[in-house]
Amino acid sequence: MTVVRVEEKVLNENQRIALDLRRRFQENHILCLNFVSSPGSGKTTLLESTLASFRPEERVAVLTGDLQTENDARRLMRYGFPVQQIVTGGVCHLDGKMIERALAKWSLEELDVLLIENVGNLVCPSSYDLGEESKIVLLSVTEGEDKPLKYPSIFHKAALLVLTKIDLLPYVPFDLEAAKANARSVHPEMEILEVSCSTGQGMDAWLEWLRQRVAAAKVLTAAR
Amino acid sequence: MHEVGIASSILEASVAETARRPGARLVGIGVRVGVLSGVDVDALRFAFECLVADTDEKDVVFTVESCPRVNRCEQCGHEFDSPASAPFSEAPCPQCQSRQTGFVSGDQLDLKFIEVEEP
Repeated sequence: MTVVRVEEKVLNENQRIALDLRRRFQENHILCLNFVSSPGSGKTTLLESTLASFRPEERVAVLTGDLQTENDARRLMRYGFPVQQIVTGGVCHLDGKMIERALAKWSLEELDVLLIENVGNLVCPSSYDLGEESKIVLLSVTEGEDKPLKYPSIFHKAALLVLTKIDLLPYVPFDLEAAKANARSVHPEMEILEVSCSTGQGMDAWLEWLRQRVAAAKVLTAAR
Repeated sequence: MHEVGIASSILEASVAETARRPGARLVGIGVRVGVLSGVDVDALRFAFECLVADTDEKDVVFTVESCPRVNRCEQCGHEFDSPASAPFSEAPCPQCQSRQTGFVSGDQLDLKFIEVEEP
């Protein structure tokens, strides 16, 4: 019997595709963001409010993943920007190959911003790099403030935490400061924003964060 | 939740590695799974058993090494297994009690080795 040392990442193939996607995004000066949260935290709603803030001539596109239905794509298409639904047919996350396949239908030269809405799930999407510049994790105030401790992997990997539905704070027992402390104990450098898409509270700060990121991606890629 | 896909990737990579050795037969697979990898070890074992049932790989021994979350102390350099209940990046160092500790590992999902019988 022979033991053969292999020592490779199980998700090697996904990593290879993700690195290729990242290179293509950089070459084309595209900011790609990967939005992850539990089902119902408000990813689609945040993306709707975000798309509404873009001018019609801006070059933004959305990929949205779900196990079934094209409902999210229909909601997002109303803003006039290119949207593709990725129906995973039961798979609990998006992977690099799905992104690669979807992007084959678009010309990357015509894009500046690509927003990817992952399948609602805090576990599996954290394992799959999609070539994004950053992961953004959403946590709504109708959930538990201990989510960062229960699902540390995604909170550790995401650059930004967006606390959503903050207009509901008066009606729910959610402890905002505890949620932030939990997130920071998992990821001390994590940036945190609070938004309500219903009242618009905090949207300016989120859009400013996004605009800065878009601008930084341009400068960074131009310098390469 | 996605253990079937992971098990399938492990099996594919192992079969491919075996195929590089003429006449070799795959008899064992060893993987390393970190506590933060998002993979449930029992579900992974179950998925693997289901995948290999009724195939040439049905007798392959599947070995899983579970890895803890590990922090390193920035003060004294001590590396230690940090309990899940401790803050992720500031687990207190058991040697010098400093809280300036950084996350080192725990998110592994690696194919360590395969075992083959060669002619």
